[in-house]
Amino acid sequence: MKRPERTIGPMPISLPTRTPVKAGTATHCPYCALQCGMNVTVDVTVGKTVTITPREDIPANAGGLCQKGWTAGELLTSGERLTTPLLYGRPVGWNEALDFVADRIRAVQEEHGPNGVAVFGGGGLTNEKAYQLGKFARMVLKTSQIDYNGRFCMSSAAAATNRAFGMDRGLPFPITDLARADAVLLAGGNVAETMPPFVRHLTAMRGRGGRLIVIDPRVTATARQADLHLQPTPGTDLALALGLLHIVITEGHVDEDYVAARTSGFDAVRTSAAAWWPERVERITGVPVAQMRVAAAILGDADRAAILTGRGAEQHAKGTDTVSAFINLALALGLPGREGSGYGCVTGQGNGQGGREHGQKADQLPGYRRIDDPAARAHVAAVWGIEPEDLPGPGRSAYELLDALGTADGPRALLLFGSNPAVSAPRAGHIAERINSLDLLVVSDLVMSETAALADVVLPTTQWAEESGTMTNLEGRVLLRRQAVAPPSGARSDLEILRGLAVRLRGAEGFSTDPREVFDELRRASAGGIADYAGITYERIVAETGVFWPCPAEDHPGTPRPFLDRFATPDGRARFVSVEHRPPEEDIDHEYPLYLTTGRVLAHYQSGAQTRRIPALNAVVSGPFVELHPDLAERLEVSSGETLRVISRRGETEGVARVNPAIRPDTVFMPFHWPGVNLLTNPALDPVSRMPEFKVCAVRVERAG
Amino acid sequence: MTRLVVVGNGMAGARLVSEVRARDRHVTVTVFGAETWQPYNRVLLSNVVAGTMTPDQVRLLDPAWYADHSVTALPGVEVTSIDRETQAVITAGGRREPYDVLVLATGSQAVVPRVPGAAGAVAFRTLDDCRTILEAAGTARRAVVVGGGLLGIEAARGLAGRGLPVTLLHLAGHLMNRQLDAEAGLVLGETLAGLGVEIRTGVVVEEILDDGVRLTGGETVEADLVVLACGVRPVTGLARDAGLEVARGIVVDDEMRTDDPSIFAIGECAEHDGTVYGLVAPAWEQAAVVADIVTGTDKTSRYRGSRMVTRLKARSVELAAMGETHLTEDDAEVVRFSHRAAGTYHKLVIRDGRLVGAILLGATSAVGNLTQLFDRGGPLPGDRAGLLFPGLSGSAVAESPVRMPDAAKVCQCNNVTKGQIRACWESGARDVEAVAAATRATTGCGGCRDVVEGVVGWLCEQEWVSA
Repeated sequence: MKRPERTIGPMPISLPTRTPVKAGTATHCPYCALQCGMNVTVDVTVGKTVTITPREDIPANAGGLCQKGWTAGELLTSGERLTTPLLYGRPVGWNEALDFVADRIRAVQEEHGPNGVAVFGGGGLTNEKAYQLGKFARMVLKTSQIDYNGRFCMSSAAAATNRAFGMDRGLPFPITDLARADAVLLAGGNVAETMPPFVRHLTAMRGRGGRLIVIDPRVTATARQADLHLQPTPGTDLALALGLLHIVITEGHVDEDYVAARTSGFDAVRTSAAAWWPERVERITGVPVAQMRVAAAILGDADRAAILTGRGAEQHAKGTDTVSAFINLALALGLPGREGSGYGCVTGQGNGQGGREHGQKADQLPGYRRIDDPAARAHVAAVWGIEPEDLPGPGRSAYELLDALGTADGPRALLLFGSNPAVSAPRAGHIAERINSLDLLVVSDLVMSETAALADVVLPTTQWAEESGTMTNLEGRVLLRRQAVAPPSGARSDLEILRGLAVRLRGAEGFSTDPREVFDELRRASAGGIADYAGITYERIVAETGVFWPCPAEDHPGTPRPFLDRFATPDGRARFVSVEHRPPEEDIDHEYPLYLTTGRVLAHYQSGAQTRRIPALNAVVSGPFVELHPDLAERLEVSSGETLRVISRRGETEGVARVNPAIRPDTVFMPFHWPGVNLLTNPALDPVSRMPEFKVCAVRVERAG
Repeated sequence: MTRLVVVGNGMAGARLVSEVRARDRHVTVTVFGAETWQPYNRVLLSNVVAGTMTPDQVRLLDPAWYADHSVTALPGVEVTSIDRETQAVITAGGRREPYDVLVLATGSQAVVPRVPGAAGAVAFRTLDDCRTILEAAGTARRAVVVGGGLLGIEAARGLAGRGLPVTLLHLAGHLMNRQLDAEAGLVLGETLAGLGVEIRTGVVVEEILDDGVRLTGGETVEADLVVLACGVRPVTGLARDAGLEVARGIVVDDEMRTDDPSIFAIGECAEHDGTVYGLVAPAWEQAAVVADIVTGTDKTSRYRGSRMVTRLKARSVELAAMGETHLTEDDAEVVRFSHRAAGTYHKLVIRDGRLVGAILLGATSAVGNLTQLFDRGGPLPGDRAGLLFPGLSGSAVAESPVRMPDAAKVCQCNNVTKGQIRACWESGARDVEAVAAATRATTGCGGCRDVVEGVVGWLCEQEWVSA
């Protein structure tokens, strides 16, 4: 459209100025793994108003923010903030609350042993908190029963990248590499809703003539921007990846020199891919052969390309194998470990990356060390000043841990930090029952989440802008979140809570409440490990706008692209892993004739405990909905706005119908930011990663009432 | 310990062996293969002819697989008889191999027409055949393919793709007459002609000569390579000689068991419920059922028949055919779209609101969905046209700032409507930056920048016009 040539008058004063009067505190967003840089300014003259503006110096967002980021400050002053400990719902002082918790932990452990008490963490916790939580569990509680909600998030990609590359770092390259690629394949990710500023990098790529391929059962906001959208049946991404590999092989797109020089195991994968000819894959996935061929050609013709996976491909009982299949595709094309190309997983939670590196996972110690590795145990025990044999062994994975609560040989008490499993766990109705059968539930949170509402003791904790700590974003770049405002009186940081309990239970020293001191200890504990933070300091993070791990020494520049010379496997080669497609654990039938898939909307984050309490976000989407195709709506005789009941073998819930041709006719979609949808989901677990099958189960849909 | 003997190491036999091993590591497994090759994927042979795959790229199992999985494989060893009394198979070399369970997966063999000179032509069935064809294609100047079914078309397309002039001879009035109606066959022929395959239908081959093929009526079609693709017939001699019930194929029940309870048959040699399947998908389903039963993994496992989808694998020719494609408006509800100039012919056959047959010729994004609706017998929407053209039912979003209603969301990331941008403009914002500062539009993914620019520009234009 041609713009008229005329002078634009001066801006009226009612418009906010673009640059804040003072820069405020440079920090990062409380939400997703993009960890957008933002400035937080507090204007004490106008009733403690918090102003947020995007930072230009952080490459991940490069000046962008989504509505969640812009409104993040509202929860700092929200009336929903918890500011006093609650004991059975009664406000009490901190001493009374912590004394009570310590007494009960002691009692439970006397009767049931150390493993009678479990700890459940979260991928939103800072590195310092995640580290301290793991140390507290192993050293103070001496329990093996610790895991975290990242198991529901990154575990399949983590398992697959570990077996392929010997290292799990979400993106093993800076996010800005994407803009320089000729092609990006995104399998099961909807970044336009989950982390909008991410799209800027894809837009830049497309602006240069690069092409975007999206695999998703829905025509998502991201899929609409794609040059090619493949729309498979839920639960068939693995077959699709095998089909694409088959075509890459038959069309001669395999980078044979790279395969010979930098990988192992291709022969077996080549043979297994031969059984996945495109016409067979079409019948399983519903993706036309012609589209698969176009996708393979785009990838095969690209000089630089990236293959990315998100939760849509990963949250399955075969999620690990699915990611392996996409990694195999990337390896056959010669992408990983080449500058400007690669495979990466798009991390979800704010500190999903760092949260899985420093010891809150059932089988791990800080530095991404294995808890069953004697050398790792010796190293970490030395840092903690204990004997290696005093460290417990591996414990249960997240769902198995929750499923065991209150059972004969399961934990009787649970300490929960930064998670809301009553909403977010699969088969959530059953998990709520397990939680209710506990002798003791202690929840540290900043608002009264659905799980906190079940707790015997609720401990009000500080949140992002009220405390400092490091976060490791989706690129593996360690960032510093700096305190910008004073916490409300009454709230304490998780580090203070853990110290309070450690002192009461063991008279323990060595539980600092200063994030920088904890980080310095984390650096020592991670030194020599896969995720080596030894050379990273707060000062360096600020000066260099983040440092990529591994960074073994203060004079080491950090590692933006860890696989350029060799992979982190013993022989330095990436490993092809032969995998086969298998159907979803629960396929559709006459009784439950539709697939349910779950996901996110832009205005909300995770279980919604934070974002549902921000009016501007709640106004965008205020409750659960059911997205369904017009053909299905016609058959059910429903229209948009009517209430639907969705029923699976595990439970039922309701949502408002949203009729939309953007979804397959055999599939319904529900966002998971509200209680309800996870009453339906299938807790079948991936045999390797223990990831539940969130992304596909069988349901039937009917009109409510 | 159960001794399992499998006769046949093709797609069905090899699949059975790997399915059994996936369930049970202890069953003793011995597999005989008439061919000397490791089991290979017959579906991909047309790729070998076309030159996009090499013979060693189409194998089903790695050579090391047998040793790794303790399976005794005897390639090139022919089984000549079954001693049902003592439960043993006997090979051409006189070896006796006792079994507790015997699975026949002998497949089928190419039909060679009884015409003089047929021995001088090459059948298109095995990997050895492919090698012969490839060798001949290297020096040949013209090729003839006899048989316009699926395999004949794939072979002809493959040879044409190598730059060899090819004539395809077909007995019936149109190509793939079993799967296609006449119009589809015609359109397919035109598509192939455009790819360098000359099509002759309704012709009878009388004799195969050294330098070509003589047709009824005396005409000779020149060729120095003649490929036969005249169909296949199940290999049932072993079963027949052993006294098992054989009709067109070896007759089996829902467990894939023959009338001898210790003997099963699967794949192209088996006849289930009156049907001999010539496709790999049913053979693999049958292999899974037998593996379930033999290993005791699932004694209730049953094969209930398959819906057949034929998918042509020929470069630049998109064709899927399924179910009852020959029905007309007299017998069923038929939806048809034909565009010969574009090589497109789509036909849907619907009965009781379900898709019972379809021909999809020419690229269509609907093929995946329609195949699944056919496979699953899913209910169809009232809008039949939308089935063929999914784009039609989804309404396009009007992005023109003029037509966009005020309530339309312009910036998804920050939830900004056109109305809010208008209000912002009315209070003085005259460019994208000013709108962004006031509304945060464009500050998320940045994708709406053009639309915001358009709205602001249009508003400015309106003002300018009215001023």
